[in-house]
Amino acid sequence: MTEHLSRGCLAKRNSDREKQMKKVIESTDISKAFGSTKALNDIAFSVDESEIFGFIGPDGAGKTTLFRIIATLLLPDKGEMKVLGMDCIAGFKELRKNIGYMPGRFSLYQDLTVEENLNFYATVFGTTVKKNYDLISDIYSHIEPFKKRLAGKLSGGMKQKLALSCALIHKPKLLILDEPTTGVDAVSRSEFWAMLARLRQHDITIIVSTPYMDEAMRCDRVALIQNGSILTVAPPQKIRNGFSRKLFMIKASEKYKLIIALRKYPGTVTAYPFGDSVHVTFSDDSIDESLFRFLSKEGLSKVTAVETEAGIEDRFLELMKKGATV
Amino acid sequence: MKRFLGFVKKEFLHIFRDYRTLFIIFGIPVAQILIFGFAISTDVKNAGVAFLDLSKDETTQKLTDKIISSGFFKRTENLVSYDEIEDIFRKGKTKEVIIFEKNFEKKLQNEGKASVSLIADGAEPNTATLVTNYTMAIISGFNTDISGIRANNPILIQPEVKMLYNPELKSQHMFVPGVITMILILICALMTSVTITREKEFGTMEVLLVSPLRPIQIILGKVVPYFLLSFINVILILVLSWLVFGLSVKGSIILLLAESMLYIMLSLSVGILISTIASSMQAAIFISLVGMMLPTILLSGFIYPIENMDDIYRYISYLLPPRYFITIIKSIMIKGTGFLYVWKETLVLLSMTVLFIGLSVKKFKVRLE
Repeated sequence: MTEHLSRGCLAKRNSDREKQMKKVIESTDISKAFGSTKALNDIAFSVDESEIFGFIGPDGAGKTTLFRIIATLLLPDKGEMKVLGMDCIAGFKELRKNIGYMPGRFSLYQDLTVEENLNFYATVFGTTVKKNYDLISDIYSHIEPFKKRLAGKLSGGMKQKLALSCALIHKPKLLILDEPTTGVDAVSRSEFWAMLARLRQHDITIIVSTPYMDEAMRCDRVALIQNGSILTVAPPQKIRNGFSRKLFMIKASEKYKLIIALRKYPGTVTAYPFGDSVHVTFSDDSIDESLFRFLSKEGLSKVTAVETEAGIEDRFLELMKKGATV
Repeated sequence: MKRFLGFVKKEFLHIFRDYRTLFIIFGIPVAQILIFGFAISTDVKNAGVAFLDLSKDETTQKLTDKIISSGFFKRTENLVSYDEIEDIFRKGKTKEVIIFEKNFEKKLQNEGKASVSLIADGAEPNTATLVTNYTMAIISGFNTDISGIRANNPILIQPEVKMLYNPELKSQHMFVPGVITMILILICALMTSVTITREKEFGTMEVLLVSPLRPIQIILGKVVPYFLLSFINVILILVLSWLVFGLSVKGSIILLLAESMLYIMLSLSVGILISTIASSMQAAIFISLVGMMLPTILLSGFIYPIENMDDIYRYISYLLPPRYFITIIKSIMIKGTGFLYVWKETLVLLSMTVLFIGLSVKKFKVRLE
């Protein structure tokens, strides 16, 4: 009875506190170096409640280091990190009860079965699978038919779902997913993002990192991160709109030759490969006949060029280049 | 508590699912006991001996019988001439040839002395020394017998050597304590350090750290299963050496088991300490084997007596926990002494355990590096 009462009080106090602080993560000037290599430089951003916040950047950009600091696993050299209103350094014990963390390598016990893995994480976090089944049912139902199988024998997509179920089993307020889609097939990746979107109805804030630019569109907001610095933070559509030039998609029979030729062309500003085409910007933001004449002189045939909308990747490359020249 | 039990359950699942771990835990002790017991025996038992009896009288017959009935020797052949000696050694089964000179009995009666030649296979120096020593002992025993019968002869003074505690000089008495000491440090230090570094290597440690589990719960959760298995192992080794070699514990079994528990705790804390230093399983295995196993075998007094070591090695041996445990376990198993005789060693082990556990809890990182 008393326990019930006090728990009720606590819940009320918690919700009051949550109303006051809307920010789930507040990072101020976080820096971290390993020896002489600087992993993070003055990282500042904030994440709102129930947001899916993405960190997009190439390997080695500092995403994992940043996530480990948020997950209380690493100490920053400088700056302040507040998660769920608590300081990451002083409040790490309390914080650890309220976050779900899924490291880049799926942290599953390969020699335990699917069911045993899930049960283990449930007990360790002081709960049961039954209690929070509704939260994971959407994800776990995909792998439940294989619950007697050893986790090491699962496919990449199934491992990912199991790891997510394990990270969710204690109903965390913040879910930290470090490159959850790396090494997973395209169909599973798409399914995975749909699941994350559905988790929003349970008031779970999600931060997720990925090296795949196309996944950025699935986030509410994204931070582009490169060499330990955040280039920009904005909703993905806004990031695309930020592209400063007109972008053209040029195709030809031989892509590699085409890139070389385009980079030689005097009017070209940038030329990057993109799928089976090349994304090009020109100093006068238009295409004229001289380009086609130039390309055919270079021995390229079947050249087509159309204007196209810039993607996250184009904007990323633009920002990167800007950062490099500054 | 439920968290802790869940963790222990997981550890047991790891152990039982990995047949290699199980093999290391239970296969190696059994194999070592049997190998040390049968193959590396330093006793003489049924050593092949051939006789070249040039006298063939009553006395030589008696002496031959005495030698063969001693249990240490087995007659391989009776030779008729010196020429056969080399051949029979080449065959390999015979370790010693005993030659009685011509007119052995007559000489003994008339001159009061007769000669026996012992020829041993010097290619195996240890065996050769052992068999000749045993034979000489038997012959001098025979000497006393016959001189006792003939009362007019002066009484020959024969040194009588008696081996206290191990009258039959069974080498099993020496190696069973040694094997227990070695196995425990192997299983405890190696296994715990490997199982903790495995979590680091597979990335599962990251999630364990983020979980509400406290460091002491993680450490104890790793230790409890191996503590139980090691304890079962001690009992297994004792039962095995009793059944196969007839070796029983002279002293108090309860004291022996209690001391074993202390030593297991010590070895486990060494393992945890190793895991806080090593970042990979390979490093952990390397440190456990080179750092713990080799010194245990070479410097703890298991094989080479500490008294015969150079000063520097003897000082190193003072730092090794197995050294103290071997002393304790030998005292209890073979001499049957009580706690009063081993309290100093026990105290050393106890303080080492406290030191190691303290160090490992302190060194256990609640964060990544």
